[in-house]
Amino acid sequence: MNIIDMTIHEMHAALKGRQISSVEAVTSMLQRIESVEPKVGSFITVTSEQALSAAKSADDDIARGVCGQLTGIPLAIKDIFLTEGTRTTCGSRILENFVPPYSASSWEKLHQSGAVLLGKLNQDEFAMGSSNESSAYGTTRNPWDTSCIPGGSSGGSAAAVAAREATATLGTDTGGSIRQPASHCGCVGLKPTYGRVSRYGVIAYASSLDQVGPLTRDVTDSAIMLEAIAGYDPKDSTSVDTPVPDYRSALTHGVKGLRIGLPKEYFISGLDPDVQKAMESAIDTYRRLGAEFVDISLPHTDYAVATYYLIATAEASSNLARYDGVRFGHRAEADGLLDMYTKSRSDGFGTEVKRRIMLGTYALSSGYYDAYYVKAQKVRTLIMNDFIKAFEDVDVMLTPVAPTPAFKIGEKINDPLQMYLSDIFTIPVNLAGTCAMSLPAGFSASGLPIGLQLIGKPFGEETILKAGYSFEQATEWHNRKATI
Amino acid sequence: MKYQPVIGLEVHVQLLTNTKIFCGCSTKFGAEPNSQTCPVCLGLPGALPVLNKKVVEFAIKAGLSTNCSITPRSIFARKNYFYPDLPKGYQISQFEDPICQWGWLDIKVEGQELKRIGITRIHMEEDAGKLVHGDSEMNDGSGVDLNRACTPLLEVVSEPDLRTSDEAVIYLKQLHQIVTWLGICDGNMEEGSFRCDANVSVMPVGSDKLGTRAEIKNVNSFKFVKQAIEYEIQRQIELIEDGGTVVQETRLFDPNSGKTRSMRSKEEAHDYRYFPDPDLVPLVISDEWIERTRQELPELPEQRQQRFMAELGLPLYDAEVLTASRALADYFEAGVAAHDNAKAVANWVMGEITRALNDSGAAIEICPVSPTQLGGLLKLIDSGTISGKIAKTVFDEMWKSGKAAHIIVEEQGLVQVSDSSAIESIIDGIMAANTGQVEEYRGGKEKVFGFFVGQVMKVSKGKANPSVVNELLLNKLKG
Amino acid sequence: MKMTIADVENVARLARLELSPEDKELFAVQMAAILGYVEKLNELNTEGIVPTSHAVPMENAFRKDEVQPSIGLGRALANAPRKTGTFFAVPKVIE
Repeated sequence: MNIIDMTIHEMHAALKGRQISSVEAVTSMLQRIESVEPKVGSFITVTSEQALSAAKSADDDIARGVCGQLTGIPLAIKDIFLTEGTRTTCGSRILENFVPPYSASSWEKLHQSGAVLLGKLNQDEFAMGSSNESSAYGTTRNPWDTSCIPGGSSGGSAAAVAAREATATLGTDTGGSIRQPASHCGCVGLKPTYGRVSRYGVIAYASSLDQVGPLTRDVTDSAIMLEAIAGYDPKDSTSVDTPVPDYRSALTHGVKGLRIGLPKEYFISGLDPDVQKAMESAIDTYRRLGAEFVDISLPHTDYAVATYYLIATAEASSNLARYDGVRFGHRAEADGLLDMYTKSRSDGFGTEVKRRIMLGTYALSSGYYDAYYVKAQKVRTLIMNDFIKAFEDVDVMLTPVAPTPAFKIGEKINDPLQMYLSDIFTIPVNLAGTCAMSLPAGFSASGLPIGLQLIGKPFGEETILKAGYSFEQATEWHNRKATI
Repeated sequence: MKYQPVIGLEVHVQLLTNTKIFCGCSTKFGAEPNSQTCPVCLGLPGALPVLNKKVVEFAIKAGLSTNCSITPRSIFARKNYFYPDLPKGYQISQFEDPICQWGWLDIKVEGQELKRIGITRIHMEEDAGKLVHGDSEMNDGSGVDLNRACTPLLEVVSEPDLRTSDEAVIYLKQLHQIVTWLGICDGNMEEGSFRCDANVSVMPVGSDKLGTRAEIKNVNSFKFVKQAIEYEIQRQIELIEDGGTVVQETRLFDPNSGKTRSMRSKEEAHDYRYFPDPDLVPLVISDEWIERTRQELPELPEQRQQRFMAELGLPLYDAEVLTASRALADYFEAGVAAHDNAKAVANWVMGEITRALNDSGAAIEICPVSPTQLGGLLKLIDSGTISGKIAKTVFDEMWKSGKAAHIIVEEQGLVQVSDSSAIESIIDGIMAANTGQVEEYRGGKEKVFGFFVGQVMKVSKGKANPSVVNELLLNKLKG
Repeated sequence: MKMTIADVENVARLARLELSPEDKELFAVQMAAILGYVEKLNELNTEGIVPTSHAVPMENAFRKDEVQPSIGLGRALANAPRKTGTFFAVPKVIE
């Protein structure tokens, strides 16, 4: 088997059985990166040297009999995760030369587990976008069709897995930023429950919505990655102190009798026919596996995008105030203090980031706060309550991830509202704070991947992983590879 | 026209914690610029705040000691504005639902009834860093030191209940006494541990419509508070009398000129865009937590004064002086425990002890004569072992050597002589040597009596018991 | 929903952004469209509804008052665009 095609669990077996070494695995990946990067553009920074030296020490560990699930596995992470000593840009000009003095807790955990870092992945600037087009470091392309977007904001994380430039990757999801690119690139993307994974050292976009999660080739890898990064972190006040289950052991429990809800608001007339077909076939598959379907309603779905764009931009406008050119980041030549602020920030931020800062600042400003921000927080309560009520009756929900397969680069760039509306199926999950997963469920007529979303109860990751695994065992979608 | 000034104070109390409010960096004063920083207080990307529990405990203590209600569920908010000493571009503070609300302090203005000053709220927040200007190395620019950034503060906001600069100073002193008494603030105004902004306005006497207020910053001593408020009241009155209007603005007090001036740089209308900080979770304070804290509160100055008067029989003046600080009151009480004569202990603490502390520049906490030692000294006086005069000599020796009083008395043979035959023989000798004075006395010149007392004390090296000396002298001189 | 150039300029000033004339025009139109869309929230009666800050209920996250080592001057200042001595240097701040 080709090293670059391996899943984490396959590579782990090969490393443990000494069929391959970590240095070989990393070398293969680096070669692959070199050959496909010009076409894909998944990476902002490739850390070849450190990767090889980390691989050597992983091989030493393996020689000493220390071989955890992630020992020697070549991973790459979104450039939103701080990596001590390695430049971290968050897809922005303003952090072009930022070399953090500390690492994100989630990466630190993977690092402690022996994983090898191949580099930092491309993304929408400050995770603001659904297409990777807002990156200051070039648009990542969809490995299945390079004229299409890979999705966003974790577009590099999804494209790197699909193009087999990394065995697995880490992304972040604020309104669908893991699930939507995973869906567009045909990989498995998991957004855990808010509080399940530490946000410490992850550059904040919208603090009450951001969550870290893995993008992988299959569900088993997703379980392995989640187990490695989940858990309470005393450095993050919003991380939750509940035990981390053995996600992998739950995978094989099957879906017989599982109650799956189909929210009627997600199966609307505007749905792309190929997406519609993929959903119908997924429902058939689950029926055959013994799951039961229940028609449910999430009545406030239609208000989710509006709610999201008020809350997320308000939080972002404040989160991005620290980029002022004083302690780190870009500093423009300026006369006077005010000039330093406005010039540094205007040079450093791209248009989409500015647009969202403007929106958020407006939503919080005097006279508008109650009408916009507080109103949105109240509607958020209604949306959350929809989920609580629906979950009284079902174990998981099944929905599409996105209304259409990946769109063309440039197609929506000039119409931000249309771009925002493409996140309609993923955003409610972030507002409700619960967990969800995207997994490959078919292809469009033109050969683009289509993802299926499984939404779980808060801290119900085991259930969606189990449901995903059963689906994966019954289908072949995840075995297809992008030819690039 | 007569004008009525209206004053409210906003006081920033820096808390005596080991670490900052949202990170584990030390709060020690005077470290090299930016050496006490971490990703959180530098406002680096990805860093997150975690609340120091001690800050909450101190805030509850401050609230309970100023008659506030403790808010069962309070939240932190972001106050958004750009300034180089504010690393995140927002200050984490409290806006809606602060931890303490609706309190008061009763202040004592001399010659008046107690006056109740409302406390609107007390909230927790982080301090900003420090800006340094005028250094030649700065090339006309400013330098930012973030050691102080994220240091815990309580902001205590009073109602506009104060009417004179004297009331403002009394209120401020009382608040200062409480927070230092509680041990939650070192009270050092020079280092900025206790800072005051004053909101001042004037309105025609009899009016119920408040005038436009100016906020005066940087009034960091009791003296300056008085000066700044008085200057500002006068400025506003003159302005109005000249047909002008007071504008709502922030003014800076200049201690050198004693005047306030407008801060032009801050004239831009503020829109702080407060909203709940999503990085922090609600703070829920149970009744049980409040009760536990109440139990831990020390007896407050007011209560202690009452007890000193009721139980120990001290006059009001003594009780007030002795409760100026918790350490002084503790010293006094330990002294009373060692020697059960409260008035004597009070006199010595307010007299000799205070004088010696002032002379040496030492604080009561490190007084070289312990309360127990002071009690030992007073025992010797009250038992007649030494005279009050000798006691002062003994005290000076105790201060220098740290020895106990009875050891010094023994070593130096300072025990009082009360034996009448010994004193009689001294008197006889003196009368024999001063027959002229004896005649004068007997001739009716009673003033000479003092001469004989002095001679006896001189010969006895001060050890003769004065009352015995008096009695014997009277008898002998009568003839 | 209307958004004038002056409105845009006001918000930009608060956010410390300098926008080109074209961006101002563009943002005025786009923000108006987005804020117009957002108005749909007013279709919902939210009287008596408690606003949600965090979807997962959480409270009382504390740390102990124990000193942790600081990151050190070198690392604290490493990314500073400008510094003087161990200070971050900025243009003169006038008070």
